[in-house]
Amino acid sequence: MLQALEGSQAIAQAVALCRPQVVAAYPITPQTHIVEGLARLIADGKLQCELVSVESEFSAASVALGAVAAGSRAYTASASQGILLMSEVLYNIAGLRVPLVMTCANRAVSAPLSIWNDQQDSMAVRDAGWIQLYCADNQEAVDTTVQAYRIAERTELPVMVCVDGFTLTHTLEPLEIPSQDQVDAFLPPFHFARTLDPLHPISSGTLVSPEYYTEARHAHHQALLRAKDEIVAADSDWAVLTGRVSGGLLEVDGPDDARVAILTLGSVFGTLLDAREEYPQLGSVKLIKLRAFRPFPIEALQQVCMGLSDVIVLERALSPGSGGIVGAEVRAALTELSAAPQVHNFAVGLGGRDVPLDIYPRLLAAIRSASPVRFAILDVELDKLTVEDR
Amino acid sequence: MSDLAETLMPIAELRRNQPRFRGLEAGHLACLGCGQALAARLVTEAAGPDVVVANATGCLEVFTTAWPQSAWRVPWLHSLFENAAAVASGMEAALRAQGKSSKVFAFGGDGGTFDIGFQALSGMLERGHNVLYVCFDNEAYMNTGVQRSSSTPHAAMTTTSPPGKARMGKRHLKKDIISIIAAHNIPYAATASVAYPSDIRKKVRRALEIDGPAFINIHSPCPLGWGHDGSLSIEVARLAVECGLFPIIELERGALTGTMPLRAPRPVTDYLKPQQRFAHLFQNDPRAKEELEHLQALADHNIETYGLRGERPDPLDSAGADTVRRGGVRWA
Ligand SMILES: Cc1ncc(C[n+]2csc(CCOP(=O)(O)OP(=O)(O)O)c2C)c(N)n1
Ligand code: SF4
Repeated sequence: MLQALEGSQAIAQAVALCRPQVVAAYPITPQTHIVEGLARLIADGKLQCELVSVESEFSAASVALGAVAAGSRAYTASASQGILLMSEVLYNIAGLRVPLVMTCANRAVSAPLSIWNDQQDSMAVRDAGWIQLYCADNQEAVDTTVQAYRIAERTELPVMVCVDGFTLTHTLEPLEIPSQDQVDAFLPPFHFARTLDPLHPISSGTLVSPEYYTEARHAHHQALLRAKDEIVAADSDWAVLTGRVSGGLLEVDGPDDARVAILTLGSVFGTLLDAREEYPQLGSVKLIKLRAFRPFPIEALQQVCMGLSDVIVLERALSPGSGGIVGAEVRAALTELSAAPQVHNFAVGLGGRDVPLDIYPRLLAAIRSASPVRFAILDVELDKLTVEDR
Repeated sequence: MSDLAETLMPIAELRRNQPRFRGLEAGHLACLGCGQALAARLVTEAAGPDVVVANATGCLEVFTTAWPQSAWRVPWLHSLFENAAAVASGMEAALRAQGKSSKVFAFGGDGGTFDIGFQALSGMLERGHNVLYVCFDNEAYMNTGVQRSSSTPHAAMTTTSPPGKARMGKRHLKKDIISIIAAHNIPYAATASVAYPSDIRKKVRRALEIDGPAFINIHSPCPLGWGHDGSLSIEVARLAVECGLFPIIELERGALTGTMPLRAPRPVTDYLKPQQRFAHLFQNDPRAKEELEHLQALADHNIETYGLRGERPDPLDSAGADTVRRGGVRWA
């Protein structure tokens, strides 16, 4: 049954269906409604769970870490400065191979202060060793949250479910909340092999000398690469139960014979789908939704980009002094192809700037010149700046 | 295998047959005479096997867990320098959610407790988690090479508070952590010293009886950082108590309920002299004399504040006796 729900409330319900035993909560816009929603479910007795209202994001991540290590399914959510304050713990959670799921309600990072959406926060911790899955709409946010627990627990890797702040978290959408039976059938009760248990004591997070550190890092890297199969399997098994797919590692929409593709992550994918319909005269274009950014699906990407002349990477974060983050990775992956398409890289919608439908014709116009656009911010209004800053 | 090896008990069995449970095994890599190695052993011994430990970064973590070995026989996790209290909070919440009763411990050095981990500790106490937080107070960041912490005593030498022409060691007072902890009104808080093992055991057991947060700060000499001979660790620790610089007290819900009285307080110089970190106070320098007087005044202040001076001479009192009395009443 379809219900109209705000994204945050829908995510809170999805988390509750996964039966977390510990939720660590700390407010930050635009994530706050999620932990508030969970607090309400707990207060109403609809979810049996320990709610730990901590004093900072640093402790939120740490509480969740401790909870999983002690054998409980746990959850937390954050955004922006909260993600950065957590960052040391995020690396630690991944290195300890603690299967935690958290939501990142993507928001720009200050300064200058902005509470609005872009993806700088999750991009800033892309190398922490977490699986990162980006959601294009709230149905995907719900479905991906449930899948994330299975992926995390099977791979012993933490999963960050990235959901565009406001655009998704604060938007009402008609969506399907899975039933408890469906989730229970999909997600077995929590079991963590390396639980801290007085009957079988283990030491975790120990000192490692150079003789072993490389091996630990290698194992972590391999685990992320192997996780690709689990991400695909979780999505297809979930589809069997619910009839809905979220795209596995990445999803392609559009005609097979298109020579141009636009790749993006998160909610901009929806904008592009609509824009393509709005401007049919602009010819056939494939749209690629990158769902898994970590692990980066190199092979899948190469496969869908074979035979293309141009790939436009559209992203909502910026590595100052370099350019696009996703763009650089896509370009690197595609150079291995024999007839590699040209890769054009644009940033848009930083700090919550609206991404309107006419971004689509502007993108296609911007790549008409012979040489690829290495990087540009497409929607910057240079006349707002002094000459030397343009 | 030699005949001898065959006749020996396998290690696992040997351990099982130890007369006492040991949460922290021998064979770790601490320096000789390390106070916190001893203190941690005493704490885990007193607690028994049904505990889960969250350990902050520091000497204790490093000297017990060099991969692929571990000296811990209780479940143990190290996450970061500043989050042991929060990690322990999570563990406790999880165990409660699972209906389990294993006690959760958080261990930290003074750096991890007084300074960088203080926020998480305060949060844990405020939320009332059923966790015993033990600080092994060796009065500096030892693991990174003896830098000052907010627990370093006034005038002590560390690598970041060296004495010189313009300075006489650390400029600031040792942070009064126990008062700050007490202000959280938690059920139980105490100070202790490795010089008094049975007192440590008693306090750990008391903390374990309590449902709610408990905190114990254990004075733990570091021969490397303090510059005394490793064989003198217990002696030095005892002198800190006997001169009044490290008062041994207990607090319940913020109120003082127990003290270790000093029959005949020693001069602070008895405590300071064996330690290199105070050597500059024994030079012929008027500023040194001033600092010694200052430290004596701090000790006197503690003795006053906590009423440590015993009422009458005690013929049974001998150095090293565990003479903690609850409520300051002698044979109550
Ligand atoms: C955020 C952070 N900053 C600095 C360090 C480096 N560091 C590791 S242990 C330590 C000092 C530990 O001192 P203390 O807590 O007093 O324990 P001790 O080693 O003296 O027992 C420091 C500074 C760290 N691990 N994390
Ligand atoms: S440096 Fe000090 S605290 Fe660290 S192991 Fe050695 S004696 Fe113990």
